[in-house]
Amino acid sequence: MSILVNKDTKVLVQGLTGKTGTFHTEQALAYYGTQMVGGTHPKKGGETWQSGLDGTELPIFASVAEGKARTGANASVIYVPPAGAAAAIEEAIDAEIPLIVCITEGVPVLDMVRVKAKLEKSKSRLIGPNCPGVLTPEECKIGIMPGSIFSKGSVGIVSRSGTLTYEAVFQTTNVGLGQTTAVGIGGDPVKGTEFIDMLEMFLADEATKSIIMIGEIGGSAEEDAAQFLIDEAKKGRKKPMAGFIAGVTAPPGRTMGHAGAVISGGKGGAADKIAAMEAAGIKVSPSPARIGATLAEVLKG
Amino acid sequence: MNIHEHQAKALLKDYGAPVAAGVAIFSADEAEAAARSLPGPLYVVKSQIHAGGRGKGKFKELGPDAKGGVRLARSVEDVVAAAREMLGNTLVTKQTGPAGKQVNRLYIEDGADIARELYCSLLVDRGTGRVSFVVSTEGGMDIEAVAEHTPEKIITVAIDPTAGVTAADIAAINAALKLEGAAAEDAKSLFPALYKAFTDKDMSLLEVNPLIVLTDGHLRVLDAKVSFDNNAGFRHEELKPLRDMSEEDDKEIEASKYDLAYVALEGNIGCMVNGAGLAMATMDIIKLYGAEPANFLDVGGGASKEKVTAAFKIITADPNVKGILVNIFGGIMRCDVIAEGVIAAVKEVGLTVPLVVRLEGTRVKEGKAILDQSGLNVISADDLDDAAQKIVKAVGSQG
Repeated sequence: MSILVNKDTKVLVQGLTGKTGTFHTEQALAYYGTQMVGGTHPKKGGETWQSGLDGTELPIFASVAEGKARTGANASVIYVPPAGAAAAIEEAIDAEIPLIVCITEGVPVLDMVRVKAKLEKSKSRLIGPNCPGVLTPEECKIGIMPGSIFSKGSVGIVSRSGTLTYEAVFQTTNVGLGQTTAVGIGGDPVKGTEFIDMLEMFLADEATKSIIMIGEIGGSAEEDAAQFLIDEAKKGRKKPMAGFIAGVTAPPGRTMGHAGAVISGGKGGAADKIAAMEAAGIKVSPSPARIGATLAEVLKG
Repeated sequence: MNIHEHQAKALLKDYGAPVAAGVAIFSADEAEAAARSLPGPLYVVKSQIHAGGRGKGKFKELGPDAKGGVRLARSVEDVVAAAREMLGNTLVTKQTGPAGKQVNRLYIEDGADIARELYCSLLVDRGTGRVSFVVSTEGGMDIEAVAEHTPEKIITVAIDPTAGVTAADIAAINAALKLEGAAAEDAKSLFPALYKAFTDKDMSLLEVNPLIVLTDGHLRVLDAKVSFDNNAGFRHEELKPLRDMSEEDDKEIEASKYDLAYVALEGNIGCMVNGAGLAMATMDIIKLYGAEPANFLDVGGGASKEKVTAAFKIITADPNVKGILVNIFGGIMRCDVIAEGVIAAVKEVGLTVPLVVRLEGTRVKEGKAILDQSGLNVISADDLDDAAQKIVKAVGSQG
């Protein structure tokens, strides 16, 4: 089992014809035959895209709605540049795509405010933007995570940071645990999915025996997630967890790369998040190099 | 991007917000003409720097007994004297750090007869994903202190993006701020105007502290602080001239030319990393092993060789840097591209400090081979732990 995506997931690519979309679609097709079923481009409908790796051809549709109707796609991934990313998400919402993954970094936050309001009234789930995507080992790769570091296993991984997701994946592979699914929820202040929804799915997924949660400075999503875990534990739902928070050394008031990574008004600092996570029973590793080892220690008891 | 108070007020005035008449000046010679163009007899002379706490701030050069960075003046002569004393000197406030900021411009404003001082800001509330008004009757002071001691005096009103500011929203804000009569009438246009300015211009923060009720009962924006969402810069060419480079760190300006996320810090180990989270984590692990990072630097996802070279040059140009840690976990980023960029930069600017490189992910073998064959004195690391220990040790052993 896994969450969000598996071998039956059929993925449309919004922004397939660009350089980034092409590269990562080639990689996804090469990853255990992830079902990439087509791309969309408003002016290139009817054309065909071809992988430079193995010559695989994919149809281009003029709209997401058409692509969904013709292929049965149940997910889309967005590689559209920032200026058009929100419109791309909105198009996918209108087409009632169940899972929308937006990789694009640099989407204006007020665009996301508009998207979020639309999302709340929709049938879609959005992961991202500014995220590395979702990967279920040996089944489906949506986004830009390097497939080679994954191994099928028992750890569910959820993270606000792309490259730290890779660290957690790589380290859990190296300690022999492997992953059920890894989800990068993205580093923007307003995003489609927060930690809680993913934790809920991992708690419900039988194959997921333990969870890694990686947060960073800014906002209070980690504190909210910790409270959720405390409430669930009271109902008897609990899994072993390890975590990490990036930005212990970050100065207040400065945005650290991710638009959402900023300590403002005395809120969003690392110490509060680590304390909240520890209080919820998550073993927080002080070193980003020991996330996997920390989880292994937790599992040994 | 942040802008100065006088720029923020000019912008808000365009949206119909009530602000006092005022003139920005860049030299003391302009002070007299500026003051004479205002009604008087009360004036305010305000230092224009990108930091709060100006009123209580102190000028480094003037000693502890001199007046602060915002001064009342009761005559044109007083305005001129204040301008002469303030311009060119260094103002140290709670937010500038001990180094302070040089005051290069002043805003001379018509004085106001204040009945009440209120607080009003707009921001994007991460919890709800909406633009929210944050208001309080406790204006004119540090809102963080209000939040800490009397959080019940801060009221948040979230705005539905499809409906905009409704009559119910205005009523809620008016009730929170206890606005009545003329002020309540002014509120009907002021709050929608602030919201429109915020959304039209892609602001990330609009803070009016204080918003005042004048003795005649009307509202006025007495101070204004505005930050814009850098991600929306592509659709706001009109805001570009408002940027004041003298308020920014030179290295950060250079980094922004190459679209690199860079923040200068106080330590001596320069870092070049891909990904914001990993870049922060790299700073953290340097600290964990007892040293301090000199910077945050995220080269981003699909960096080119030229971008990597530029990043490396920015790091080596910092005289505080006694060692460099390159930490790359390639997803989009290819390790061979990083290796080529590092080598090109070293060939161009030389390498006088220890360099530890940790590569992992896409094309890691090719990347490592390029570094090994380069003949450069690069210390290779197996993982992040190993890398951090090696650079801390190498810098420490230099004395």
